[in-house]
Amino acid sequence: MSERKGSTLYDRIWQAHRVRDLAPGTALIYIDRHLVHEVTSPQAFEALAAAGRSVRRVDATLAVPDHNVPTTPQRERIDDLLSRRQLKTLVENCARFEVPLIAIDDPRQGIVHVIGPEQGLTQPGMTIVCGDSHTSTHGAFGALAFGIGTSEVEHVLATQTLALKKARNMRIRIEGTPGFGVTAKDMALAVIGRIGAGGATGHVIEYAGSAVRSLSMEGRMTLCNMSIEAGGRAGLVAPDETTFAWLKGRPLAPSGAMWERAIAAWRSLASDADAVFDSEVTIEAAEIAPQVTWGTSPEQVAPITSHVPDPAHLEDEAGRRAAEAALAYMDLKPGTPLEEITIDQVFIGSCTNSRIEDLRAAATILKGRRRAPNVKRVLVVPGSGLVKRQAEAEGLDRIFIAAGCEWREAGCSMCLAMNPDKVPPGERCASTSNRNFVGRQGPGARTHLLSPAMAAAAAVTGRLTDVRRLLSS
Amino acid sequence: MQAFTNVTAIPIPLVRDNIDTDIIIPARYLKTVSRKGLGEGAFYTLRHRDDGIPDPASPFNQARFKDSAILVAGDNFGCGSSREHAAWALVDLGIRVVIAESFADIFDSNAFKNGILTVTLPRPAISRIAAEGEAGRAVEVSLEECRVRLADGTTYGFEIDPFRRRCLLEGLDEVALTLAEHGEAIAAFEAEQRERAPWLWETPTNALTLTKSAPR
Repeated sequence: MSERKGSTLYDRIWQAHRVRDLAPGTALIYIDRHLVHEVTSPQAFEALAAAGRSVRRVDATLAVPDHNVPTTPQRERIDDLLSRRQLKTLVENCARFEVPLIAIDDPRQGIVHVIGPEQGLTQPGMTIVCGDSHTSTHGAFGALAFGIGTSEVEHVLATQTLALKKARNMRIRIEGTPGFGVTAKDMALAVIGRIGAGGATGHVIEYAGSAVRSLSMEGRMTLCNMSIEAGGRAGLVAPDETTFAWLKGRPLAPSGAMWERAIAAWRSLASDADAVFDSEVTIEAAEIAPQVTWGTSPEQVAPITSHVPDPAHLEDEAGRRAAEAALAYMDLKPGTPLEEITIDQVFIGSCTNSRIEDLRAAATILKGRRRAPNVKRVLVVPGSGLVKRQAEAEGLDRIFIAAGCEWREAGCSMCLAMNPDKVPPGERCASTSNRNFVGRQGPGARTHLLSPAMAAAAAVTGRLTDVRRLLSS
Repeated sequence: MQAFTNVTAIPIPLVRDNIDTDIIIPARYLKTVSRKGLGEGAFYTLRHRDDGIPDPASPFNQARFKDSAILVAGDNFGCGSSREHAAWALVDLGIRVVIAESFADIFDSNAFKNGILTVTLPRPAISRIAAEGEAGRAVEVSLEECRVRLADGTTYGFEIDPFRRRCLLEGLDEVALTLAEHGEAIAAFEAEQRERAPWLWETPTNALTLTKSAPR
């Protein structure tokens, strides 16, 4: 008998969803849940209608508007004609194809990657897709979740499957106890800094190690969310008691005897001890300091205690040119201590960091403090209407408002500036979002990615700041 | 999907790493409900100066590249968002081939679904093809032969998944193909999964109590 290698968690989920092999390494994979939003679905529904097809499983599909929605009150009044048409098209398509829709004025509306887990739609062992690259977020529950393009959205709507090439396996272990003030966001940025923005291309990442195991579900979601910024289409954390406790009792989670049956199956969702990964990375949690990006790719990141790097010191020519272009766009000089960089705007929100724990972390710093005079705006945008309600029940909204922040309705907001929330040209934003690309937060906007606590610290001091100073004071 | 034939064009040199989807098509152009017309916003920041005037230094604004169907780039092309608008924007510009050192996974798939051939070649070949573009010389990309040929006869072979090659050459509609060839297998899988993992079938999304409302 030939020697059998153990399976990884990814291998296991892949295997359980294989409808048919199409070619060596390529299979038709069954999709358990499909999340839909207004930006990447209109052309898919249009193609479906043109071909006279229907949605195969409306019971496995859930739509919500998030990218375009205003975050100001009376949000159903949308001034931007194009945004309004796109949102209206989603409502019309959902009605026509009988797809369940959480409407803009529903208190459960929010960012698609916040509401999926919140409603209990996201469950271990599932395959989950959405026309959005941050679908990797749902991997925090041990679900194989990844972003797809609109043609694939159409394919899933029509067939509930995707023809996929199996990815390679990468394991990232974060071991030990993170230092004071170091969060899941810092771990995610440190990982990207280590392996690069294309470091996990072609791979599914499994996050392991004691520091990952110790993270809350919110922290695991932040970590998995950023997988795509390292090129990994999906990130996974094996489910455990933390996962089950978080999920139990949510509206779409199994209940009663079915719950018992489900968790019995979910307990087997882990990589075998002898599983072989194509690539392994180990990071000591204790060596991670709070992180902040200085450039226009998430890989251009450094500990807050350091300086803007000097491109002249980079050996790789392409990397040097990229760093020079990034510093020119960011208007930064090599050698400047990161803590001396002053900011104009703060954004606390996005599918990366808009959950209740993120808001609590920001509020801890902002409590009894004020926005610095040079900071023009601090936008706090909860990930969902239910997160907003919870935050208000805990009095976080009053802390934010007293500190001079704007407390908004749920949506993607200033992460990608498709709605009216934009960073003006040339202004610098400390942002808890996921991408610091050129023009991401608005044309000419300069983005520094960091954790919610670090963003709050920047709001208070008016410059990038090591949050540990404010925590200890 | 538009069937792919051989393409001969002067390659547009854009040899930078991590050309992300926000560079290919900024988010403000994603509000469309159509696949067409996205060329207008394609590479907006690379094509324009800060004051919004077209930048004559940008290859996209130079006459010799006006009708080019080939783009040459560096490592990790198309990283970032899943927006298929990036592929539609390239199609709208007339691009049928992107040659790069590597591609981000989702972009690579989106390009394929829109009849764009993505060719992965090592850095020296990329530099050479870009230099041909700078010199105004056309290169030929043949999917039949899986190779890129330069004016002086130099050729670079490339690899492509056989399924993908067939779909591109024949311009196949993948949804129709899946339904026709695998419809029964999908139904059989569903019946089997319902037995094996019934909780997946007993927590339907339409169990949520939802109201219908529209933005005004």
